[in-house]
Amino acid sequence: MNLSAMIHLLPAQLAATGFQAPPIEDYLRILPELVLSIFGMIVMVVDPLLDEDRHHKPLGAVALIGALAALGSTLAMAHHPGTAFSGMVRVDGFAVFFHVLVIAITAVVILSSYEYMAVQRIRAGEYYGLILFCTVGMCLMSSAVELVLIFIALEISSISTYVLAGFRRKDAASSESSLKYFLLGSFATAFFLYGVALMFGATGSTNITTIRESLSAGRHDLLPYVAVALMFIGLGFKVASAPFHVWTPDVYEGAPAPIVGLMSTGPKAAAFAVLLRVLIETKAPGWFWLIWISAALSMTLGNLGALVQNNVKRLLAYSSIAHAGYLLAAFAANRDFGTSPAMFYTAAYAAMNVGAFAVVSHFANAGEKYVTLEDYAGLGRRSPVLAATFTFFLMSLIGIPITGGFFAKFYVLNATLKSGLVGLALILVLNSAVGAYYYLRIIVMMYMREPRADVPVTAVPPAAALAIAICVIATLYLGVFPGRVLNFTTQSANQFVEGVVTPVTSMPAQ
Amino acid sequence: MNIASLNPIILSLVTFIPAIGGILLLLIPRRDRDIKVFAFVISLLAFVVSLHLPVHMHRDATTFKFEIDKVWITTPNIHYHMGIDGISVWLVVLTTFLTPLCVLISWNSIHERVKEFFILLLLLETALIGVFTSLDLFLFYFFWEATLIPMALLIGMYGHGRKVYAAVKYFLFTMIGSMFMLAAILWLYAKTGSFDFVVIQSAIRGGSIPGFASAAQWLFLGFFVAFAVKVPLFPLHTWLPDAHVEAPTAGSVLLAGVLLKMGTYGLLRFNVSLFPEQARRNAPWIMVLALIGIIYGALVALVQPNMKKLIAYSSVSHLGFVVLGIFSFTTAGLNGAVFVMLAHGVATGGLFMLAGILYERRHTYEISEFGGLATPMPKYATFFLVTVLASVGLPLMNGFIGEFLVLSGAFQARPIYGILAATGVIWSAGYLLWLYQRVFFGKVTHAVNNSLPDLNLREKVALVPIAVAALVMGVAPLVWLAAIDPAVQAAAKVVGQ
Repeated sequence: MNLSAMIHLLPAQLAATGFQAPPIEDYLRILPELVLSIFGMIVMVVDPLLDEDRHHKPLGAVALIGALAALGSTLAMAHHPGTAFSGMVRVDGFAVFFHVLVIAITAVVILSSYEYMAVQRIRAGEYYGLILFCTVGMCLMSSAVELVLIFIALEISSISTYVLAGFRRKDAASSESSLKYFLLGSFATAFFLYGVALMFGATGSTNITTIRESLSAGRHDLLPYVAVALMFIGLGFKVASAPFHVWTPDVYEGAPAPIVGLMSTGPKAAAFAVLLRVLIETKAPGWFWLIWISAALSMTLGNLGALVQNNVKRLLAYSSIAHAGYLLAAFAANRDFGTSPAMFYTAAYAAMNVGAFAVVSHFANAGEKYVTLEDYAGLGRRSPVLAATFTFFLMSLIGIPITGGFFAKFYVLNATLKSGLVGLALILVLNSAVGAYYYLRIIVMMYMREPRADVPVTAVPPAAALAIAICVIATLYLGVFPGRVLNFTTQSANQFVEGVVTPVTSMPAQ
Repeated sequence: MNIASLNPIILSLVTFIPAIGGILLLLIPRRDRDIKVFAFVISLLAFVVSLHLPVHMHRDATTFKFEIDKVWITTPNIHYHMGIDGISVWLVVLTTFLTPLCVLISWNSIHERVKEFFILLLLLETALIGVFTSLDLFLFYFFWEATLIPMALLIGMYGHGRKVYAAVKYFLFTMIGSMFMLAAILWLYAKTGSFDFVVIQSAIRGGSIPGFASAAQWLFLGFFVAFAVKVPLFPLHTWLPDAHVEAPTAGSVLLAGVLLKMGTYGLLRFNVSLFPEQARRNAPWIMVLALIGIIYGALVALVQPNMKKLIAYSSVSHLGFVVLGIFSFTTAGLNGAVFVMLAHGVATGGLFMLAGILYERRHTYEISEFGGLATPMPKYATFFLVTVLASVGLPLMNGFIGEFLVLSGAFQARPIYGILAATGVIWSAGYLLWLYQRVFFGKVTHAVNNSLPDLNLREKVALVPIAVAALVMGVAPLVWLAAIDPAVQAAAKVVGQ
């Protein structure tokens, strides 16, 4: 039988085995992922056709269009809630929220890389391609309800970020960052996979819904506990929570600044989404103290570590560990109260941290030379607008009112107190006070020290300015009118905790 | 337009006029003169508009006036709820009264980053007014925290000497203190489902909050720590001298004049009104701390070689009177406490302005650098004398009325408190009059001081309102007390033994 005959016979053979092609709605439910993948490939195809010295901006534009198209296609996805591909993917309010969030992060990161790439002389083809593929992984992580698919999505996003971390090839720190991230990351994902295997052993399934039914039906032996612990190790690494946080400062220091903005928010948000799926939605046993201890440790170690940093990127790395701790505190709260604040927190943290790193990316200049605290001396005098926006992001990270960071922390604190976790709330409050100090150091540096003549301050180019402006507006919006986003997260968190899928009525305004 | 139709929006207007002015200031080109004139006009406008409040306020009942209550955020249940009573109305007016004077006094002393300075000053004014007008606990916390950044930046950017140290210390002290208040506010919200002051107050009085009895002491302390740092109550006062000495003049004026009152206002509004039982139970040691503050502040002020530090410690002493008056729970004591808040705002604000004027000319606050200034600067010496006498509490000046009422209240509560506090009055006469003698009397000790110019027109314009207010408040205190008394009576009834 020749080849063409075989191909013609294929549909009939498949039908004979009981295979049915998935309905068209299934493809709509992964439309953002499809759009992102297609644009990722377009970037890769177009890259060799362009002159290497001038390819940065066209490729950036293609990537940006891809991200915006994907953002638009979440609308199609939101209108088709339900499961797809034999129950491997589920579109609910939760998935839509995280899709919008990660894709928005990606779009802003692409904007903040737009001029940065040319300044740093980094090859843009693979860079933008990988960012888009990474986003595919992150999106899929939030909508996958099948542990194996979750694992694959996790790997897609992780492997892209491993490579992205090493993109400042001429700098040894960047290579170190990439290698370290890769080795430790693969080790951690192995733990996750092992946890998946044990969960399969305990419940006979890798589907979240089936696991949930199985776990709530029977009594628990040791196996699901171990599975939960192992999966938590894998995910704890991804969200940089203590005691799996040691890689964070080194990796963040070496990686390109816009990528740190991405890494510290996007994959983190996606990993938190997975954490919510595998812990809360499955009603898995035995995670309470794991989360409690990890939250307390992350807050404390992150903040104490940040106190002594002189490199702004390292400082923000430790701060991101601390923020992972605040977020985990919401997880430790009662599931009915905690899920919505956790979702809100990821959004608020994304807005302020991407913004902060957009400022750092611009200020670092060629070769990322200017990243120490001393370099920021007198920035308030030399570039009032840049300093003011950075101050605004730092205020949000501290948790001062009228910023998104304030409400994020506020909701988490509220959830922990409502659940009666007074101890954890107290740790959170004390840590916020410690945290205020090191963010303040940067503000003090910028406004209260004499400017340094040897640090060049260049005008902010348009795309970076737009990226920063978007982050300012998002942070301000979440800080003044948090109601709409919070209503959306509460609504989808309720569905999610109940495990029902109903149409999503309103879109988040991220 | 009918003036009564203003009533529902008047508080929002008063609160946000300065902030809107500050934002508009962003758009004005960097010509220093235009910026200063604009800032002055805006702050003056806020003052004029705020006068609507005492003029049109009904003084009979004890409910909140000019209320506005709109839903801001549905989950959590946060309202844009504002309203004032006889206590807060004067604090609002005090804020709007001092700010234009601050603009005038900063006219020549701020040379660079002028635009930022006045923007920060106007934003600070909005936050301060907001603290006194908010009736939603969340909104209150919001404004409370919002005062932090502009003030810290004013100290850190425009101060002198160890300004960064002072700014960071101020920031951290207040921030850590208010964290405890936030935790207490959240506890109340978690149990009542509301941030509304009136709702929470009636829920507590109705005894409908589960677990309140066991938590009340902690809630009381949570609020207390935040306010005690701001007052500042001994031993949490250590940030104050640093902040005052290094702050620019306008910063010191608002810091002493208004920011400290946020603390005493909070004690009165929240600690006493929400937790009367705990307030009674904790009153003994709080009054002891207040007494220590009065006497310790006065003694330290006595030995200060630095004029500004002396005034700063005198604030510790005076604010001790306020706390003593509040926790005496007598009508006289409470009336006096509120009156001292206002009188201290005017008199100490004035002293800081005067110290700033001298600093502009000589660039030092050291008392030993001066002497015999009455000869080259007679007008300045006169204004200084009026302000000093007001601060000392000479009868017919505003300081006297408040301190007298506080002392009589404290005496009613427990005679020994009244006797000890009365020594504070003597001390304050001591350090202030001695300061006056060293700076103004005798022969000119330093040749440079011979050629110091006397007050110019702008400085006189800034100082006359202070002197007039100090006198009028002393001669006709009933204008103020008529509004304060009903509000204070209500508080006293709740907490009275």
